[in-house]
Amino acid sequence: MTKRTAPAVVAGALTLSLAVSGCAGFGNLGNEPGVTTVTLASVNNPQMQDLAQLLPEFNAEHPDIKINLIMMEENDLRNATTKDVATRGGQYDVMTVGAYEVPIWGRNGWLADLTDLAAEDSEYEVDDFFDPVIEGVSYQDRMYAAPFYGESSFLMYRKDLFEQAGLEMPERPTWQQVADLAAKMKDPEQDRAGICLRGKPGWGEMFAPLTTVVNTFGGQWYDMEWNAQVNQPGFTDAVEFYVETLQESGERDPASFGFTECLNLFQQGRAAMWYDATSAAGTLEAEGSPVAGKVDYVAAPVNKTEESGWLWTWNLGINAESQKKEAAWEFVSWATSKDYQELVGEEYGWTRVPPGTRQSLYERPEYREASAAFADITAETMSRVNPTQPGVAPQPWTGIQFVGIPEFQDVGNQTSQEIADSLAGRQTVAEALEKGQRIAQIAGDIQKREAGK
Amino acid sequence: MTAATAPAVAGDKKPAAPEIEKSAGERGERRFARGIVLPAFIVAIVVTQIPFVVTIYYSFQNWNLARPGARSFAGFDNYVAVFTGGAFLPALLNTVVIVGSAVIVSLALGLLFAVLLDRQFRGRAVARTLLITPFLVMPAASALIWKWSMLDANVGMVNWALGLLQIPPVAWNTDHPGMTIMFVLTWQYTPFMMLILLAGLQSQSGEVIEAAQVDGAGPLRIFRTMTLPHLRTYAELATLLGTVLMVQVFDPVNIMTKGAGNSKTLPYLLYERAFIGQQVGEAAAYGVVTVIVTIIFTTLALRTLFKVFTEEGGGGR
Repeated sequence: MTKRTAPAVVAGALTLSLAVSGCAGFGNLGNEPGVTTVTLASVNNPQMQDLAQLLPEFNAEHPDIKINLIMMEENDLRNATTKDVATRGGQYDVMTVGAYEVPIWGRNGWLADLTDLAAEDSEYEVDDFFDPVIEGVSYQDRMYAAPFYGESSFLMYRKDLFEQAGLEMPERPTWQQVADLAAKMKDPEQDRAGICLRGKPGWGEMFAPLTTVVNTFGGQWYDMEWNAQVNQPGFTDAVEFYVETLQESGERDPASFGFTECLNLFQQGRAAMWYDATSAAGTLEAEGSPVAGKVDYVAAPVNKTEESGWLWTWNLGINAESQKKEAAWEFVSWATSKDYQELVGEEYGWTRVPPGTRQSLYERPEYREASAAFADITAETMSRVNPTQPGVAPQPWTGIQFVGIPEFQDVGNQTSQEIADSLAGRQTVAEALEKGQRIAQIAGDIQKREAGK
Repeated sequence: MTAATAPAVAGDKKPAAPEIEKSAGERGERRFARGIVLPAFIVAIVVTQIPFVVTIYYSFQNWNLARPGARSFAGFDNYVAVFTGGAFLPALLNTVVIVGSAVIVSLALGLLFAVLLDRQFRGRAVARTLLITPFLVMPAASALIWKWSMLDANVGMVNWALGLLQIPPVAWNTDHPGMTIMFVLTWQYTPFMMLILLAGLQSQSGEVIEAAQVDGAGPLRIFRTMTLPHLRTYAELATLLGTVLMVQVFDPVNIMTKGAGNSKTLPYLLYERAFIGQQVGEAAAYGVVTVIVTIIFTTLALRTLFKVFTEEGGGGR
């Protein structure tokens, strides 16, 4: 608390001295009277950096609200904001919260309920958001954050290379077809992998695509009673398939490949296919990209389910402890509005608009023109995915490529490290998943205990 | 030896002054000195020991950051988790292997570079600066350099060089995660070892070497029987400081291997428990155990080291 009062005292003293001296030149030093300062803790992705650049536009419309923006790298952000909300510090008024945390934090009462605020604002058009996106930021049908950016996953492939090889990509491929195509498309002579799949340990790295594979192979992390299912057939089949495909036709050093590395590899033309986030398409098709115009996009490969794309969103949530909720909502609703999307489109170009949240964006001719190659498939995937039951069996949490319990980061991280050992052949997949099962069951037991309370 | 005798001579002169008066003044001076040091001492205790006591308290708590409602007294559960979790001993072993091998290799390379730099040649200052550079680069930056420029499976320089020898590319991070960390550490700390050893080489008396040459000793013989024993204390110091610095390795693990395989060191394990697991209690228990293990290790290591130092000093006189 002393930390927070000290600047206020200093600011107060400054304001006083300014008033006494009658000098108005240093107005920006302290808190101006009548101006509410809203502190925003944000992830430093490109879309949020654009938002930072556009803050003066918000200020022009709302001269009485000042946004104090703090940008952090994703993991730092997660640590800083979790610490703040868990200890009820109230340091940040608005935070970018990932799809993984929103339902957990909503359940804990750490985020302000935005349902009524959003419904009351007729210009905000909350119905315009994709249904799965709203489901993803809700807990018991109450909305706890406003979606700013959304993505799913799909399969990207080099249509020029496929044409050369005389191969054809099915419109809705199965994983088996993809593995066969990858084996045919790999070319060690040309230093080219058949497919790039993330192998870097981490729940948000390897397990983002891998959990979607698990879902469509009929596996799942937990059943309805929170019993871990990691060493069960569905899960094992999926991981074995993933590891085999990587070893057979994947990139050379899988354990160092996450999103960024795969993007690099695919852009350099060293991979014929890549299964990853829909947001990658914007970079691949951007001006100056060596593969622009050579890539085509199809839905996420499936096995036993109809659809297997993931769902990730970055959302703006308001801290339940914030004293400035009204001003915070003014900002949140501005940044997630249609008007903001239009502003970005006009200022920076339509490819830079934060995608994947509002259906209306995909109906805009300007956006459709700018992202012709992937707009339709993205919109289709975003509206088809099912975060409440992505797999074959029902699950007790909301979320596709993650499990909505606080322990999942840890469970996913440790299990993915074990699988990285399997990638290198240091242990079999069965051995890795046996350890994963133990790790997952510890978390499952905690969840059984806590859910009962 | 000249350095050792110099203060002794200065000390010899002191007792010449009246003794009782001096000691009374000295007592006052000492009291004054203690008074001055005390605040800093108290701050040091507050800053280092109180957090440790708090950590011990946390280690008996069942506390997950993301489950604030479930905080409770855990007894020794966290400590049991440390030893039955199966992560602590492998991480300890990984740390010993990675740091141990990196210390040995960087000490050997450091000696080589120090000997090369200890002679007059054109551009010596430039060569020295270039050789020191890896130590000045931020650890995270050097990890990135190694990840992308050196060890990348497609465009890395190491695999390119192996390709020239007709060796197929190696997937360093996947197949040899521990070794990649060792590479980065060695690259980073060789200059550090080199600097300390170079200081040792330059403190070696030229006259003695000249005398040995006059007596007919060849360069190899001089190096083996005179330079190496002279460097011993410097090498020990370099080993001790190098180990202390390298044991903290975190950046390359986080950037290159994410703790896969045998690259999960103790600091990374602690980070994982605290910030990925968000298990404050368990992480605190890991921290406490690590401190205890470190105290045991350093006590043993320091004792042997000091024994070596005194033996060396006694032999010299």
